Amino acid sequence: MADAREEGTAVSEPLDLVRLLLDEVVCVKLRGDRELKGRLHAYDSHCNLVLGDVEETIYVADDEDEENAKTVSRKSEMLFVRGDSVVLISPQARPF
Amino acid sequence: MENGAATQGEGKDPSGFLSEIIGNPVTVKLNSGVVYKGELQSVDGYMNIALEKTEEYVSGAKRRSYGDAFVRGNNVMYISAD
Repeated sequence: MADAREEGTAVSEPLDLVRLLLDEVVCVKLRGDRELKGRLHAYDSHCNLVLGDVEETIYVADDEDEENAKTVSRKSEMLFVRGDSVVLISPQARPF
Repeated sequence: MENGAATQGEGKDPSGFLSEIIGNPVTVKLNSGVVYKGELQSVDGYMNIALEKTEEYVSGAKRRSYGDAFVRGNNVMYISAD
């Protein structure tokens, strides 16, 4: 986030953080163990999102594996996400 | 914030507590059971949360880390100052 757009020191409200992610590749966690990775084109106060070049991942629990088995389900060029299914938005996540 | 009973005396209201702990390490638990630990950057009236240096724990085990994270308020069960 080393960006020329730093206003003061901190994010004054949580959605400011999302504003800083505009045009960046973001990772969005959704309800139902789903995750989207794509470029954030737009958002609003409900967290409705418009994402470009999106990859949707669905995590399917797998008892044998401990780790969740990952299922990449689909890619799409442009996606509108309704805000109520959003759980978390962050810059590209690093698997720990 | 809107506060029905405007006369709370010295009792602090919940959002007062939240603004007090901004900048501190916190634990945020979501309704799904997932826990996020990080530094509280900001909170708003919807309880939307911005966290820094966030770590995600699923059933006690560390899953991943996020530099920054925005959590939508409706998913929050509690916020605890560590």
